[in-house]
Amino acid sequence: MGNNQGGRVALLFIGPALLAIGIFFFVPVLAAFVLSFTDFDIYSLGNFKFARFVGFHNYVQLLQDPLFWKSLKNTLYFLIVGGPLSIAVSLASALMVQSKLVRWKTFFRTAYFTPVVTTLVAVAVVWRYVYHPRFGLLNYVVTLAGFNPVDWLGDPNWAMPAIIMMAVWKNFGYNMVIFIAGLQNIPDELYEAAAIDGAGKTQQLFSITLPMLAPTTLFVSIITMIGYFQLFAEPYVMTQGGPLNSTLSIVLLMYQQGFRWWNMGYSAAIAFVLFAFILAGSLLQSRVQRRMST
Amino acid sequence: MRKRLAGVSLYALMTIVAVVALAPLAWMLSASFMPGGEASTFPPRFFPKNFTLENYEVLFTRLNVTHYFFNSTFLALSVTCISLLINSLAGYAFAKYRFRGRDPLFKLLIASMVIPSQVTMLPLFLMLNKMGFVNSYIGVIIPGMASIFGIFLIRQFALTIPDSFIEAARMDGASDFRIYWSLILPLCRPILVTLALFTFMGTWNDFLWPLIVMTDDSMYTLPVALANLSLEHVQDTELMMAGSVITIAPVLILFVAVQRYYIQGIMAGGIKE
Repeated sequence: MGNNQGGRVALLFIGPALLAIGIFFFVPVLAAFVLSFTDFDIYSLGNFKFARFVGFHNYVQLLQDPLFWKSLKNTLYFLIVGGPLSIAVSLASALMVQSKLVRWKTFFRTAYFTPVVTTLVAVAVVWRYVYHPRFGLLNYVVTLAGFNPVDWLGDPNWAMPAIIMMAVWKNFGYNMVIFIAGLQNIPDELYEAAAIDGAGKTQQLFSITLPMLAPTTLFVSIITMIGYFQLFAEPYVMTQGGPLNSTLSIVLLMYQQGFRWWNMGYSAAIAFVLFAFILAGSLLQSRVQRRMST
Repeated sequence: MRKRLAGVSLYALMTIVAVVALAPLAWMLSASFMPGGEASTFPPRFFPKNFTLENYEVLFTRLNVTHYFFNSTFLALSVTCISLLINSLAGYAFAKYRFRGRDPLFKLLIASMVIPSQVTMLPLFLMLNKMGFVNSYIGVIIPGMASIFGIFLIRQFALTIPDSFIEAARMDGASDFRIYWSLILPLCRPILVTLALFTFMGTWNDFLWPLIVMTDDSMYTLPVALANLSLEHVQDTELMMAGSVITIAPVLILFVAVQRYYIQGIMAGGIKE
């Protein structure tokens, strides 16, 4: 198939995908880069000629914008607390579901996975009522346990933890399935050999299971980080970024600047900062991976 | 005895997690059948005292939900069909044809998966605005027509098809397109089903892009309409729960019906090599 004709057919097969991805993905990425160096705003929307190049002005302005720093801090809070928390819950559930002591594996797996396939916006609406200060399910449980009720979404200190809890609830099943796949790939002989050597269950967990899961954990960390950086719908529906901007995320700020105030040049700069963070995070994690595998 | 105890506490823990995972959804369903105000009581009511369908009635008759439901269904189906065709053509070619620049091109595509879609949204909006596609179905379909992840999934699967199958079909005089259509596609069925599910659910659940590109109420998808309604009807708990049920139910039913394919897909995407 190495002949010329094969090449032409291949181009024909790949053509539609390349055209679609090229025109509607790569061109916009480059255009966004250019846009971030202009003062494109609502006046330029009618006539692109009104936009001027302003050099690094948007990026400089970004560094001086307290809202930007706030949104970055909030997003990192969500990522650094919520990411590891949700991975830990995923790993623990995978270990439980795969445990030899457990039957009805499929039932538990399906139950844990159900929140993953639900519509984020709809469950955010539901959780807004779960978090209701007076009538919500959560405060009912909290008061049953003997604590004082919390104004989850109205208190600037609790709003982000509340969004993190909901995100963990929504997402842990996804990574759990990936961990289950990782667990199934660990050969049984390893455990048999360890058992013969007299290793207990706990020792097996720390000297076989967790080390063997390291590549899976890394993969899960990367996709979780990329996903969590893009926090948007939860604060949009549940808090609109409030109270006191305590849940304003980078993407929410980008959306507000770009599509509510039409400061598209500025918004594009925010989008590229988001990209830079995701790229840096992925590179860092793949370096860790390379070090581990050598 | 110790083993027995470990077993019992494990079941207890797993049951608690299952209850936490399902409780918000069960409460949503239950509250959607309550008349106005019944869900706003303390302690919370878990079952409707006066069962009613009026919330659904209001949504479908006064709040135009039939229309949003159609928009969501039509868009999810269109994106799924179009992207399945385009991605499978490309994925197959990447797996089974040799051509100049194939491997660097594929690597470039994979590497660019790290670019978040939000980066493209501002220029894409301006482009579609110029082309007159803002606030149209095409505006949502266009960015979903091809996906790098989809091409990747199909390529990985197509690599496992033996070359001898294709050679044999060629000997029999089948054209390239015919081989793709009547040999490769049937062989790729499992991964196509998985990808179709991913795409359908992804499009159905998507929020940010439809929120941006659908500027007119009549073009809203269910999530966009629901987010909008929920900001207006903050006090109408039961009504919003019914709206959430309508938004979630189709994808949830679809998932329960074919969950095997969905979970296999995550595993296939999750394990490298």
